[in-house]
Amino acid sequence: MTTAQRTFESAGLPPAMRRASERPHYLRVLATFARNSLIRDMTFRANFLMETATSLGWLAMNLTFYVVVFHYTPMLGAGTGWGKHEFFLFLATTYLINGLVQLLFMTNADEFSEMIRTGSLDFALFKPIDTQFLVSFQRIEWSSLTNVAFAGALATYALGRLGYVPSVVSCGLYALYVACGVAIFYSLMISLASASVWLGRNQAVYDFWFYLSNFARYPREIFQGRVGSPLRWLFTFVVPVLVVVNVPARFLVRSLAPRSAGEWMLPLFTLGMAAAGICISRWLFNRALASYRSASS
Amino acid sequence: MLARAGIWWTILSISIEERLVYRGDFALGTLMRFLPIVTQIFLWKAVFSAVETLGSGVDRVAGYSYHDFIAYYLLTMVSRAFSSMPGLASGITRDIRSGAVKKYLTQPVDLIGFLFLYRVAHKLVYYAIAVVPFAAVFYLLRSYFPGWPHGPTFAAYVASLLLAFLLGFFMEVTLGLLGFWFLEISSLLFIYMLLSYFCSGHMFPLDMLPGMWGQAIKAAPFQYLAYFPSAIFLGKVAGAELLRGLATQLAWVAAFMIAARLAFCFGVRHYSGFGG
Repeated sequence: MTTAQRTFESAGLPPAMRRASERPHYLRVLATFARNSLIRDMTFRANFLMETATSLGWLAMNLTFYVVVFHYTPMLGAGTGWGKHEFFLFLATTYLINGLVQLLFMTNADEFSEMIRTGSLDFALFKPIDTQFLVSFQRIEWSSLTNVAFAGALATYALGRLGYVPSVVSCGLYALYVACGVAIFYSLMISLASASVWLGRNQAVYDFWFYLSNFARYPREIFQGRVGSPLRWLFTFVVPVLVVVNVPARFLVRSLAPRSAGEWMLPLFTLGMAAAGICISRWLFNRALASYRSASS
Repeated sequence: MLARAGIWWTILSISIEERLVYRGDFALGTLMRFLPIVTQIFLWKAVFSAVETLGSGVDRVAGYSYHDFIAYYLLTMVSRAFSSMPGLASGITRDIRSGAVKKYLTQPVDLIGFLFLYRVAHKLVYYAIAVVPFAAVFYLLRSYFPGWPHGPTFAAYVASLLLAFLLGFFMEVTLGLLGFWFLEISSLLFIYMLLSYFCSGHMFPLDMLPGMWGQAIKAAPFQYLAYFPSAIFLGKVAGAELLRGLATQLAWVAAFMIAARLAFCFGVRHYSGFGG
């Protein structure tokens, strides 16, 4: 029985029962989206393998670049603490967060822009479920799990080379801040995608996302000097992409974990920004829906 | 002869007009492509600060100073503006798969010649519009350059850029024409893209690769797409080595020109077109 059929049939029930039966079970819907996406991927297996190979190829190439860089230098920035294997933990965190964003949201945000441009968002608005939930999760990119696995392998290798096993608390905090990083990236992405309502076409905005997220791939410490310090401030406190990877990575690197009270301010700020980001993007999304006029006649 | 020249001129002028429709998108897109340079500047600054502090006064990495690195990245963007051919190979394969390639077999227009003029038009429009953001960024970052090279070096640089354009074009056309046999070449294209990005020196100067890795990658034609022109401008390649490099680049262009022509001749014989 479809959701629409259930909605119509529940019309004859008392109001309280009707409300209960009309409210969709979000976890079950999410599981259905994940299952459907997997069935689709397995239908086009060659394409799925190709996408997996593509992801692995890019990651391997990116890692090779840093292997070459560390052939010439023992550290990224004098006295920053980002040695080769510490930085590999940073890279693993970058791959993990990007992998999760690609797995869950990247295709959906892109599709949302197309839905606005073509008018097919009408169908999403009709469905008896939260539109932002529907738009954000309807396609799961299973091939991006490769990035997550690659990140896990790289982190294990780097931790092994450093001879360090992180504590349960460190791992818990790491997981929490990876989630915060994903939330901040998601907020930025869905906000930029929502801008399609006002801009019509948003290829430039999408490119802008790519170039903006590029800043998150480097340790904050490298942005120094007359231009670097204002940039670090801008990308930490105004557009907080620099906290996305930096904060969780520091919990995994023993020598860089926050120790003083001052160093705990950035993780606290990250928690606040993740929550604020979700609220602001939700508000922007709803504003975009209010301005949506459909593309059909 | 005059009639043929008239056809080519018409193709070129129509293609130029078509490309000019997207001039605003071009200019904005070009300016945005410089954004990753900002992070590269800080990354290499951090690398050099560590090398200079911990390496007891060493101020060079693989023979490149910090300023050389930034200049190198900017110059590879110029090289790639000549040698990159977005959508060329995939477009040829799509035309073969959909049957649109038939128009080149029935009309008195050569497929490779048509695509060449179309790409020349694309590039001319691109340079005409991209010159503004390119000039602005190069002016802002002028302190990273060692200055203009001498006349003969600059002439060699321009020649290597033009050869990079021809090499990029004929490599992609050859790859696209493989579509006559394989129909779907997306996996091949991906491998080419990966090799081209890494082995052309787009990510870092190829001199950084140690020992046999560097030699192996420099033996492939990819270095002439980005690394070689930039190295000429920065004076990293000079004298007999420069002349040898230009001759090798020319030989690769000739080899891929012949390969493209052969792939087309044999591909057309292999091709079967159905329907109206």
